Amino acid sequence: MIFEIVLAIVLINYLRRSPQITGVSAEWSKRLFIGMMACIALLLFDVIADKQVKISNWLSYLALLAILYLIYSKKEFQFAKFLIYAVLPLVVIGIIKDLSALISPSFYKEWGDTFDVAEFFAFVWVFAAWLITKKQRKALEKEKMMALAREKEFKITESLKAELEVQVKERTADLTKQKEELQQTIIELKSTQAQLVQSEKMASLGELTAGIAHEIQNPLNFVNNFSEVNNELIEEMKEALDKGDIEEAKAITADIIENGKKINFHGKRADGIVKGMLQHSRSSSGVKEPTDINVLADEYLRLSYHGLRAKDKTFNASMKTDFDESIGKINIVPQDIGRVILNLLTNAFYAVKEKRKLIKEGYEPTVSIGTKKIYPLFGSGGVEIKVMDNGNGIPPHVLEKIFQPFFTTKPTGEGTGLGLSLSYDIVKAHGGELKVETKEGEGTTFTIYLPV
Amino acid sequence: MKILVVDDEEDVQALFLQKFRKEIKGYEMEFVFAFSGEEALQYLQTNEHGAVLILSDINMPGMSGLELLRLIKERYEKPPPRVMMITAYGDDENYNQAMKLGADDFLTKPVDFVALKEKLKAKLV
Ligand SMILES: Nc1ncnc2c1ncn2[C@@H]1O[C@H](COP(=O)(O)OP(=O)(O)OP(=O)(O)O)[C@@H](O)[C@H]1O
Ligand SMILES: [Mg+2]
Repeated sequence: MIFEIVLAIVLINYLRRSPQITGVSAEWSKRLFIGMMACIALLLFDVIADKQVKISNWLSYLALLAILYLIYSKKEFQFAKFLIYAVLPLVVIGIIKDLSALISPSFYKEWGDTFDVAEFFAFVWVFAAWLITKKQRKALEKEKMMALAREKEFKITESLKAELEVQVKERTADLTKQKEELQQTIIELKSTQAQLVQSEKMASLGELTAGIAHEIQNPLNFVNNFSEVNNELIEEMKEALDKGDIEEAKAITADIIENGKKINFHGKRADGIVKGMLQHSRSSSGVKEPTDINVLADEYLRLSYHGLRAKDKTFNASMKTDFDESIGKINIVPQDIGRVILNLLTNAFYAVKEKRKLIKEGYEPTVSIGTKKIYPLFGSGGVEIKVMDNGNGIPPHVLEKIFQPFFTTKPTGEGTGLGLSLSYDIVKAHGGELKVETKEGEGTTFTIYLPV
Repeated sequence: MKILVVDDEEDVQALFLQKFRKEIKGYEMEFVFAFSGEEALQYLQTNEHGAVLILSDINMPGMSGLELLRLIKERYEKPPPRVMMITAYGDDENYNQAMKLGADDFLTKPVDFVALKEKLKAKLV
């Protein structure tokens, strides 16, 4: 039977050439090669030998069974398991046929045709099974390829994802660092601001010192003068008493008492100024206390005027006051509101001083401060403090910026630009409002409104 | 002889009246007071030759003492009243300006009344 031998050769060759063996197992490909050579030798023997000799038949069955057993038992050849189903029927039928021919020729003769038909179908089955498997294999292969492709794609996405994750982590780290840096900057800015506020306070105190010195000098002069006068009067009173002029002595006593009151008054005046100065330099307590806003306003009006005078001795301005005596005491932080009034007055005096430089004749620099109780239709009402000047006013492009910190139109050294921004904050903290009205060339009015 | 004292501090009046009470009693001197430059000018306008001597503070709200000095020397030419300036700011600039405007004397606060009295007496003779 040539066919079985050829089939064995083809099978061995198939196994040998399969990608699972070639280049993977050198040992097996060598063994298979020897097996194939043996089968080729068997084929030559079968061709040359007498057709009646069935030995090559049996040898070919043996070869096929050996191959199938190999496929069945060795895991290296698992991929070829389908061959068992394809080839086994043919081998079994061949063996039965040859066996029956050997054991019972009569039976063989009787069933010979059936054997041939069965062999034929088994033969066909080998090809059919082969083809079907091949087709299935192809589909499987395709599927496998696709799965591989998908896996490859998945791997690419995975690596992209990982890459992205790394990038995100880097960005996050960057952002966190930036955030920390910004926070640090904010902390630094806050402390700088606190320092600036402190130095602005000190600067305005410096401006005040000259005014304060002048303001204290006047009452002190009076204290000195009137006490001197009183000493003289006492001397005279003694003389009058010696002369027995009781009337004169009495008249002098009245003068002494009057002067004593004046001494007391001016002493208190100086005291008040010193206290005011201390209050200004002291950091704000932030505590509201009942305060006479009129006294506060009057004090700062004088101080700021003399402060400016001390710097520019030729400068002069009219000061007007218009106080509403019905206000009484209101609850405010006196140092803070004092600072607002001082800032507004300093600005006002500066404005009229600038105008004076331009207009020498027919201009009377005037700064006024006034208070007024406000009785609204609803609510509990409040107090209004107006600081007015007849300076040059504020042009619109400047007006929109005046409350910004560090905005100033004054030359370096003359203004930090913090005055109005600080004032605005203070008034807001009191729940009040700071408003400005201005007319170019005519003057400016700042109005502080404080709820009571 | 009439002396016009110009100062925005009202207690200056009481002080002068007491410091010069002997002179006032003896009719050696007579004092009138104005509390601003404007008031002083008004007084001079209504009382021509009403004051022989004017003692003025420089630093006053409204019209300054220097402005008053300039106007007096301008308006009352013959014979212009004598004007003595008194200031708390005894600096060169104020002094020079006062002198340029024709001030007859220049005193600084606190006023030395003994010296002032002597000066006034000397001028009255
Ligand atoms: N009464 C006013 N008349 C004209 N301009 C004013 C007046 N008040 C404020 N300004 C303008 O507003 C700007 C800001 O005022 P602000 O008080 O905030 O700062 P400053 O006066 O310049 O400096 P600082 O008060 O810190 O010394 C001023 O530079 C000025 O141009
Ligand atoms: Mg300011």
